[in-house]
Amino acid sequence: MKLAAALDVPRQRPDWLRLKLPSFIALLVLWQVSAVLIADPVLFPTPWATLETGTRHLMSGDLLFSLAVTLARVIVAFGFAMVIGSAIGIALGRSQPADAIFGGWLSIALNMPALVTIVLCYVWFGLTETAAILAVTINKAPTVAAIMREGARALDRQLLETTQVFGVSRWKVLRHVVLPQLAPSFIASARAGLALTWKIVLVVELLGRPNGIGFQIRTFFNTFDIASILAYSLAFIAIVLAIEAFIMQPIERRTGRWRSA
Amino acid sequence: MIGFRLEGISRRFPANGPGETKAKTVLQDISLTIEPGAFVTVVGPSGVGKTTLLRIIAGLDHGFQGRVAWPEDRRPKIGMVFQEPRLVPWLSIIDNLLLIAAPSARAEALALLDLVELPGSADALPRQLSGGMQRRAALARALLAKPDLLLLDEPLISLDNTRAERLRARLVAFWQAEKPTVVMVTHDFVEAIALSSRVIALAPESGRIALDRAIPLPHPRHLADPAEASLLGELRALAQDWPAPAPSLESDAEERTGNAGLRLLTI
Repeated sequence: MKLAAALDVPRQRPDWLRLKLPSFIALLVLWQVSAVLIADPVLFPTPWATLETGTRHLMSGDLLFSLAVTLARVIVAFGFAMVIGSAIGIALGRSQPADAIFGGWLSIALNMPALVTIVLCYVWFGLTETAAILAVTINKAPTVAAIMREGARALDRQLLETTQVFGVSRWKVLRHVVLPQLAPSFIASARAGLALTWKIVLVVELLGRPNGIGFQIRTFFNTFDIASILAYSLAFIAIVLAIEAFIMQPIERRTGRWRSA
Repeated sequence: MIGFRLEGISRRFPANGPGETKAKTVLQDISLTIEPGAFVTVVGPSGVGKTTLLRIIAGLDHGFQGRVAWPEDRRPKIGMVFQEPRLVPWLSIIDNLLLIAAPSARAEALALLDLVELPGSADALPRQLSGGMQRRAALARALLAKPDLLLLDEPLISLDNTRAERLRARLVAFWQAEKPTVVMVTHDFVEAIALSSRVIALAPESGRIALDRAIPLPHPRHLADPAEASLLGELRALAQDWPAPAPSLESDAEERTGNAGLRLLTI
């Protein structure tokens, strides 16, 4: 009976999907009820008040500007982190000596608090854009490297041997044999990375940039403007979820297509 | 066409895992000179090191003792059929073939797919083909490489009789036309006699050469002819001392050649 139920799970998926909207509405209701109970519109604004505040910021243009600035930082730092982290991860995954020597460094980097990297980058390189991007990249790249290392370790030895015997060029092996095998790790690290990156970017902006969502949140913190803080955060969450749904997931489906063909 | 020498090749696999208590020696002091353009078949019981020998020649095994001596110390262009098909799962069959060749070789690749009796499979993904079809695609890939040295690890295993016979004939034709040096591993004595210019049997336990015989007979060969029949008898007598798995594989060969090996081999 249990087994049959377990086997039925895929067919029940549409039912679960239908629960998504009620679940989201339940969260809004919970928020509304809490706000009414707390009864302090400054400390805990209602969803409606937050929406009104967000709309006001949207109309004035400062929300869009901050979103654009922060998103640009996220994209640049994310790009650097993916490229550098992948290169390090693949190198460590493919070379046992390299992993033996530098694997420990990676463990240290993975456990370095983001705040420390950010503060050090600002102290060493000044309150500059370069320091900000560098700090985010240094925080994010080790996570990418760790995931890519696992992917590179699991490369199909038999296929690599085969291309070696036939003398296939390095570029062709990379393009047609290695990268397709690394794609799942790459996507996994990209998804894990996107959420992490924007959170760190906010801290970087809060501590040392004159614009962006993080900077605005600090400003609102100084003026005790909770509704604006929530409105800015929710706007950015919406954008990150949109990137996830319309960019990450389609790419993931594309790379996995051969499995189900 | 290329010749080469194996000089004192030995291979020991260290014991690893709870089941294995001692190191296993599979090949011992194998010295051979392979003439350019030869078709050498290596037979022997399971686990004697036939596949390991191919891997050593291919440059995939680095733990052996001895030396593989190439002319001018340069490894030739190699085409190889492994025991497994080893096709890239996300590339179509034709793209798998073209992975090891220039894009301009497309027409040739399609012709080779016809040769191994896989017409119309060019655009299929490997997983859409049966295991046997994948193996034939792997054979086409090895031929497409235009190798100086063709290494074949049981290339025609698990094919039905008539198809195996047709493919043997085509393999011989390819060998005669393109003149690669071939080293093939097989369990099938009939296949060994049908194809090769020389057959080498490895002895169980010792991993040494038990028999090394030239087969200077024209193609096609007929198993009913005295020379072929006598060599087959000799190999079968040798195989009597082999441990268990060999007889069943030999009976596989028997099945293919019909009653007591008297059926005419059309190769």
